[in-house]
Amino acid sequence: MGMKRRKIIRLTLSYIVILVVAAIIVYPLLWVIGSSFNPGQSLSGSKMIPENATLAHYKELFDPDQSDYLRWYWNSLKISTLTMVFSVILVSLTAYSFSRYRFIGRKNGLITFLILQMIPNFAALIAIYVLGLLTKLIDTHLGLILVYVGGFIPMNTWLMKGYLDTIPRELDESARIDGAGHLRIFWQIIMPLAKPIIAVVALFTFTGPFADFILASVLLRSKEKYTLAVGLYDLVAKQFGSEFTTFAAGSVLIALPIAILFLSFQKYFVSGLTAGGTKG
Amino acid sequence: MESTIYQSRHRKIALGLSIIPGLGQLYNRQYMKGIFFLVLTVSFFIVFHDLLDIGLWGLVTLGEIVPRDHSIFLLVEGILAAIVLVFGLGFYAFNLQDAYKNGQKRDLGLKINSLREQYQTLVDSGFPYLMISPGFILLIFVVVFPIIFVVLLAFTNYDLYHTPPAKLVDWVGLQNFVDLVKLDLWRKTFINVLAWTIIWTFGATTLQIALGIFLAILVNQKDLKGKAIIRTIFILPWAVPAFVTILIFAGMFNESFGAVNQTILASLGLPAIDWMTNPFWTKVALIFIQTWLGFPFIFAMTTGVLQSIPSELYEAATVDGATAWQKFTKITLPLVLYTVAPILITQYTFNFNNFNIIYLFNGGGPAVSGQNAGATDILISWIYRLTMTSAQYSKAAAVTLLLSLVVVSVALWQFRRTRSFKEEDMM
Repeated sequence: MGMKRRKIIRLTLSYIVILVVAAIIVYPLLWVIGSSFNPGQSLSGSKMIPENATLAHYKELFDPDQSDYLRWYWNSLKISTLTMVFSVILVSLTAYSFSRYRFIGRKNGLITFLILQMIPNFAALIAIYVLGLLTKLIDTHLGLILVYVGGFIPMNTWLMKGYLDTIPRELDESARIDGAGHLRIFWQIIMPLAKPIIAVVALFTFTGPFADFILASVLLRSKEKYTLAVGLYDLVAKQFGSEFTTFAAGSVLIALPIAILFLSFQKYFVSGLTAGGTKG
Repeated sequence: MESTIYQSRHRKIALGLSIIPGLGQLYNRQYMKGIFFLVLTVSFFIVFHDLLDIGLWGLVTLGEIVPRDHSIFLLVEGILAAIVLVFGLGFYAFNLQDAYKNGQKRDLGLKINSLREQYQTLVDSGFPYLMISPGFILLIFVVVFPIIFVVLLAFTNYDLYHTPPAKLVDWVGLQNFVDLVKLDLWRKTFINVLAWTIIWTFGATTLQIALGIFLAILVNQKDLKGKAIIRTIFILPWAVPAFVTILIFAGMFNESFGAVNQTILASLGLPAIDWMTNPFWTKVALIFIQTWLGFPFIFAMTTGVLQSIPSELYEAATVDGATAWQKFTKITLPLVLYTVAPILITQYTFNFNNFNIIYLFNGGGPAVSGQNAGATDILISWIYRLTMTSAQYSKAAAVTLLLSLVVVSVALWQFRRTRSFKEEDMM
């Protein structure tokens, strides 16, 4: 009898904790969704479930004459996708070399990467700004993408190298005996086996630029070149509160697709991360 | 004596001739290689002559005449010249070594590789370099170059009053670091920012880790129903981009219209709190938000580990008469901590540099009198403020240098302890 009662108490307490946490998680999200349907611009007097809900804020965002929102969305997707593609290519090449070849300078290269991955490259933002001015790459998406890709290389190379080290070397050796060349082993044997870690690197390098504020705000000067993070901040910071409902609609349009995408792939990231992470 | 008896002195002659790259190779009858080296050397000097000349001069002087010389551009050119020079010297060393080795082969009466064999070894040993070089070159320009630039900038007086092209920038040695310690305004700011950075890093990170692990273990209880839906809800904060959530929270904590004061506190009958203007409450809000944002990642990781612990372990422990608490402290916790530990350390370094939450929530504010950083500015957001709003570039660079030193020493300490560092081959 005692056992059973203790079990009931334990489970009840667990459910209470879970409910409280779930409420704290869900409340802000529901609040912003509710705000986005509220009529009017300001939030004073608004309700979580508005009485006369309106889609006006969404319409405003989708109207190119009234806001740059769609352009920012497009910019962000473009920059993130290109950064992801270039990073995955460059990281795969460097990680494969570090994992499979023993060449002069390898060890020093790895230590350099190790140190570099710890210093965020936005710490040197004055330098990046000046370099952008000099090369005329300031206020261009190309410049921003290059900075992102370069910054992602050290950390992700280590991450992927850790994973590649776990793929047995006998595989490439037997392929070499069968006459496969360097590129063929890389492309047809190792890369297919490295899919989980490629997915992780792709995720990191896509979400990184998407969520970055500091580099984008330093390098991008004109409004029509902004990414979502900079644009959304601009929308909200200029006259905080007076355009909050529009901002809320903009947030929902960002959060919804990303969250759905993320939740459907989440399983794979965790397995890829723990595998690569433990081998370091 | 071990020394080999050489028949001839080809190695020394080749080495001597290679003072001009290519001649030694020509002497070794590797004509294609020799011509290639010669052409490479000549073109190196033709292409980079001006850059090396002006760059190295600029690096030393930072310019002499005001309208003509732009100190910062000269500094950039100087660094580029230094990088180019390092590559040039690397090639030069390789050239000397190559001439000596092949001369030695001839001395020993060995055959020198034919053109075809040279090509083959070039492809084989050069392949990893070929694969690395695109990433490496990009890395030099967008990561290594900025770091060198900032390090050098920390020893100049580049600020609002020394801004090219109107004024020149000068080397001032350790003056910036001395100012950070000696001038009251800077010392006070620096100490306050550093203290809050440390509290922030440890407070917020530890809280999010503890909550993540706790909730993962809670949800993983065998007889708990609805695991799938609970886990999905708990991962939501990770799924929504952080900059969106932070801005949403900035709205929620707004003192005049935010839901925290208007709805939550009001319905509990509590007075409104000045979240955005009182330093203490801003800090509380920041730590709360970061916990909200950060725990799902730890939660997901820990859940993954928990699910991979074989149930036989627990069954065996039950047979041996272990209590639930013993099973938890002797099996679950060690396994979880062991696997998640490397990830935990990256969480600390992440929060140490977590610019987004500080800047997007309240811009590092509220402002504090008597210091030139906001009350919630951490080092990285202070650097941003110094650079973007008050044009204190050299001070920002000095702070960056200090910050990097901290981060690098933590990083090296951490990796010295990990296993892979000790295994020579894996490293």
